[in-house]
Amino acid sequence: MKQRTPSLHRRLLPVVGLLALSAITASAKPPTSEVNTTGLAVTDDTVTVGQLHSATGTMAISETGSIQAEQLAIDQINAAGGVLGRQIKVIKEDGASDWPTFAEKAKKLLVSDKVGTVFGCWTSASRKAVLPVFEKENGMLYYPTFYEGLEQSKNVIYTGQEATQQIIAGLDWIVKEKKAKTFYLIGSDYIWPRTSAKIARKHIENVIKGTVVGEEYYALGHTQFGSLINKIKLKKPDVIYAIVVGGSNVSFYKQLKAAGITSAKQTLLTISVTEDEVLGIGGENLVGFYSAMKYFQSLDNENNKTFVKAFKDKYGANSVIGDVTQAGYLGPWLWKAAVEKANSFDIDKIAAASPGLELTTAPEGYVKVHPNHHLWSKLRIGQWGTDGQAKVLYESELIEPDPFPKGYQ
Amino acid sequence: MQGAAETLFFLSAPLSFCSARPSGALTLPHIQLSPPMESYSWEDLQNIFLMQGFAGISLFSVLLLMGLGLAVIFGQMGVINMAHGEFMALGAYTVYLCSTLTAEYAPSFGPYYFVVAIFIAFIVCALVGAAVEWLMIRRLYHRPLDTLLATWGLSLIMQQTFRSTFGAREVTPTLPEWLMGSYSPKEGLDIPINGMFVLGLAIAVSFALLLFMYKSSFGLRLRATVQNRKMSGAVGINTNSVDRLAFALGCGIAGIAGAAFTTIGSTGPDSGSRYIVDAFLVVVFGGAASLMGSLASAFGIAQAQSILEFFLEGTKGKVATLLVIVVALMIRPQGLFPSKVRAH
Repeated sequence: MKQRTPSLHRRLLPVVGLLALSAITASAKPPTSEVNTTGLAVTDDTVTVGQLHSATGTMAISETGSIQAEQLAIDQINAAGGVLGRQIKVIKEDGASDWPTFAEKAKKLLVSDKVGTVFGCWTSASRKAVLPVFEKENGMLYYPTFYEGLEQSKNVIYTGQEATQQIIAGLDWIVKEKKAKTFYLIGSDYIWPRTSAKIARKHIENVIKGTVVGEEYYALGHTQFGSLINKIKLKKPDVIYAIVVGGSNVSFYKQLKAAGITSAKQTLLTISVTEDEVLGIGGENLVGFYSAMKYFQSLDNENNKTFVKAFKDKYGANSVIGDVTQAGYLGPWLWKAAVEKANSFDIDKIAAASPGLELTTAPEGYVKVHPNHHLWSKLRIGQWGTDGQAKVLYESELIEPDPFPKGYQ
Repeated sequence: MQGAAETLFFLSAPLSFCSARPSGALTLPHIQLSPPMESYSWEDLQNIFLMQGFAGISLFSVLLLMGLGLAVIFGQMGVINMAHGEFMALGAYTVYLCSTLTAEYAPSFGPYYFVVAIFIAFIVCALVGAAVEWLMIRRLYHRPLDTLLATWGLSLIMQQTFRSTFGAREVTPTLPEWLMGSYSPKEGLDIPINGMFVLGLAIAVSFALLLFMYKSSFGLRLRATVQNRKMSGAVGINTNSVDRLAFALGCGIAGIAGAAFTTIGSTGPDSGSRYIVDAFLVVVFGGAASLMGSLASAFGIAQAQSILEFFLEGTKGKVATLLVIVVALMIRPQGLFPSKVRAH
């Protein structure tokens, strides 16, 4: 026993030394020439990043939340000392809900501003428009929206769910809970709802062995659902599966309620309604219907409580946080983690460092970056209440992202 | 009641014919009529038929409200007002503002505010309309294409003003409870109350407008000015004030339409640009200078669209409707009820 005491000291010594050393390196930042070998806008004190969303035009409704959440994350990172000791400076560009404008602004951010990374885009159309620019100029994009999948790029980190992560577990849950056999699929008429409905139909027909009794698409902005509602009444599906987006949502749910289709008589599952949409639809028109998302504002964990409080402190007590807003918040944190793991701002090194990154402080709980640049995430089923908040009824295990699902194409 | 039941039977007869058809008669495995009429109960079909009829009428009242204001401004005055949709949005935002203020200062007034808000929307839009006429339109009466450009610019300004004032997100006023839900005389038959409300409003506004145009002295002066501006001026009609009032009236009706739409959908800064196409469609298809034309065209478009949407699916129904209108306008370029007045 007597002999072991000094040896313990000796063993502890390097640990103490290492702690002291890491404290020194944290305050003394690595030289710019080392962490930036490709001429990005990184100085000894700052690193410039870009934010590319629609602040105007029809998509501003949806993208505002992402803009706010990304800004909040950047502010918090700066307050905590920045990234590799450098404060983040943001150049905000407005894509103006116009896809060619997105491509133009992306090129400006990458070529003229030489930003370290870009947080941005919302619709698939805008992402598809900027993708060739990011690949050609070798930039990095953190994309926050749940989307249809069928894409993977070295230059994009997808912080939202690809379609299978949102659809399959949700359908399985509703079948188990409600013994559902027949489904009516309703979507807005563009790529995301159509691809999602395709995956849903394959799953319903091949795995669940149920029936799709109707599948319909309405133009974006459509407000008259009377005929559709009558068809629903005639076919009496066990589940209405809704992928309606934007302003149409409000008309759709108001008219469902006015036609007597409420949660007392009808099960409805949607993958396109978050707290942001409920603000417009009104909780009273949605009461009892279900949403399948990875995040709800009401999630009961410490990370989320801190996040919600910080968000409301900054943007007002009446602000709400939807799924995509939370995914937007993850972007800057994942980028910071990647830069620090790579000890470099170089795009190639960030891309290589990203797979396997974990974020235990995420409001949604825990996320991990997959080698395919999507996130592992859980699926939750929330049931809407009159106050516009969802009660989380179900939480899946972590689901592996699979942007090219076999058997679903 | 006996009569009603008989009518119902008569209306439903074609459907019963479909359901009576032997199901083996059509043996094309991959072609399925959407929705197939077989295998539904008689009761169900009756209800759907009634509700589908109401869906068409409800769409008709929406289109009619959209078109009426424009029928005055474009139809009577010949001004192409590209900002017409934004006046509807202004009406909707006025209701939203009233809703917020009521909730804040007079919560007990909540169940009734909506009716008052519609009047306020009319007045606000009419006043803004009069101001726009005075500032802009009256300088451009002889330059129709410049009016088009100027009012389009105005629509952009109004959109950005909405965005700066109310934010980019869509808003919905809190609607009184009596406007929500449905009237269901029996199981499976639900008639939406907001639909009936919009229908009632559309009828009231059309009736008031017709009365105003054909029975009041202002209506007489307006019609005279439309027919022959110089002559009207010569007999002592102040055509400038007639113009201003007519423009204000059209904008005010747009405001009522916008207010009514808050019962159906939400309002965003660019909601107006969604309304404008349908509004022009109604007026142009009806024959620009005729109020009756707008009425008939709103009815035709609404019925075509709602029936086609029922038997085809959403987007295809709309495409089919537009195709019908295109063909109809090729045959009758002047619209359903062409103006009998000689073009000046």
